[in-house]
Amino acid sequence: MTAWQPGALAPQPGAAPTGRMLAAQTAAELKLMLRNGEQVLLTLVIPLGLLVVLTVVDVITVPTGRDRVGFFVPGVIALAVMSAAFTGQAIAVGFERQYGVLKRLGATPLPRWVLLTAKTLAVLAVELVQLVLIAVVGLLLGWQPQGSPVAVVALVVLGTAAFSGLGLLLGGTLRGLTTLAAANLVWFVLLVLGGVLFPLSAFGGAQTVLMLLPTAALSHGLREVLQDGGGVPAGDLLVLACWAAVGLAGASRLFRWE
Amino acid sequence: MDQPALEVAGLVKRYGGLTAVDGISFRVAPASVLALLGPNGAGKTSTVEICEGFRRPDGGTVRVLGLDPRDRALRPRVGVMPQAGGAYPGLRAGEMLRLVASYSAHPLDPGDLLDRLALTDVQGTAYRRLSGGQQQRLSLAMAVVGRPELVFLDEPTAGLDPQARRATWELVRALRADGVTVVLTTHLMDEAEQLADHVVVIDHGRVVGAGTVDDLTRTEAAGQLRFRATPGLAVHQLAAALPTGTTVGEAPAGQYVVTGTVDPQLLAAVTAWCAGNGVLAEDLRVETRTLEDVFLELTGTELRP
Repeated sequence: MTAWQPGALAPQPGAAPTGRMLAAQTAAELKLMLRNGEQVLLTLVIPLGLLVVLTVVDVITVPTGRDRVGFFVPGVIALAVMSAAFTGQAIAVGFERQYGVLKRLGATPLPRWVLLTAKTLAVLAVELVQLVLIAVVGLLLGWQPQGSPVAVVALVVLGTAAFSGLGLLLGGTLRGLTTLAAANLVWFVLLVLGGVLFPLSAFGGAQTVLMLLPTAALSHGLREVLQDGGGVPAGDLLVLACWAAVGLAGASRLFRWE
Repeated sequence: MDQPALEVAGLVKRYGGLTAVDGISFRVAPASVLALLGPNGAGKTSTVEICEGFRRPDGGTVRVLGLDPRDRALRPRVGVMPQAGGAYPGLRAGEMLRLVASYSAHPLDPGDLLDRLALTDVQGTAYRRLSGGQQQRLSLAMAVVGRPELVFLDEPTAGLDPQARRATWELVRALRADGVTVVLTTHLMDEAEQLADHVVVIDHGRVVGAGTVDDLTRTEAAGQLRFRATPGLAVHQLAAALPTGTTVGEAPAGQYVVTGTVDPQLLAAVTAWCAGNGVLAEDLRVETRTLEDVFLELTGTELRP
């Protein structure tokens, strides 16, 4: 080992340009998501598996007059968005806090908003992969999408904002293992009650309340557009916007970095 | 001193009913190394974490490079090595260091840094699979890669093997030589002796001793001066030539001990008597305490939880 050259460590402080930080951080967040086996299982394998199984095997009865794949594709898209933006994000943030990563990053020139933007961009990138794969598998199963892509994008973006806010709120306030348990529990409950697997009409009178769940709003809105060729589902967008406001406001107020 | 790199005055931090930091004050000159030395639970980490901007003090003031420790403008100027953790468990060692380097405008070469800290072989290993010592070295690399002016190292060599400890010490010395201020916590005496310009000894949240290693270890009252010479010198005559209260003994034969207030005058009087009597004093030395003696004297020998 050669000695340090005099001057090699002379101070030359300065923050990198924001764009460079954002690009590097987004790449790192994306790498972490795709490298994590459980995350890939949650965000890709389970939604795609459910789509195939539920479409092919007649275990769940879809409302009369509806084709199976046309019913399940919107539900599975809602599930995929929830898995990436809420469950995956909450668990990752919970453990990052526990491991002192976020605390450490707070002592670097990386601004917090760049960190959160990078996480959001990584989630959006994963969602893009999810949507493409779900669409491809759906088309192979005979899916015939209707409606306006703009309405779909609006629903997915607002859904992402709602689920990200809730995920950051959960992961930013609870310990890693508690977050893991809570996020998986919520994921499962919303999978069952959120109109992903079962039509909400199966729950009778509870339907009106369940409609207010973010997953239900997203799956219902996506179905209105993609299956029925409806216009912009204003009610569902409003529900998602409310969840986004609650989640993001709560997260920005209660989020703890360590 | 010019504007100190770090100035801590009357710092207080409480956790519930426990006062972890109880009125700590010290200053650190630019381009110097300060060691915060103390037993476990003495308040070292709390003090450093307030200086790093992680915690808010309950009393007192801290100025880091003249600014409030929470000032975002400090982030590129200050490097931080926390006591544990602080990396994405799923990122590889090299990826993690390059990520942190990408936050800085003029970072050090991550590859060179990995090489110097003997991490090149594990740069493709996920952080969570690194050994404790490897994680420590990576954390050190992350603290300095952005070329900061001031570095906080919380127990930088805890759990390191001797080679890694040496590499860490070399890095700290090189930082200092290049004008970087280093504040480190340690409970290792030799580390403080090897590296620190100034030592602040902390116990129970208070400063119990401060100064250079020499200041702290110099024997003051009732010091001892030892030398070797031919056996059977007239110790009474020597004692008579020295200030009152000074005693001289010979034990074992040929080994002499002068006990009294050791100051330059005493040393001069002893050597003058030897010269006058044709005695060649060999191995003449002023007995000093080790930093460990001082540390135990200041903090007691009781075991800490």
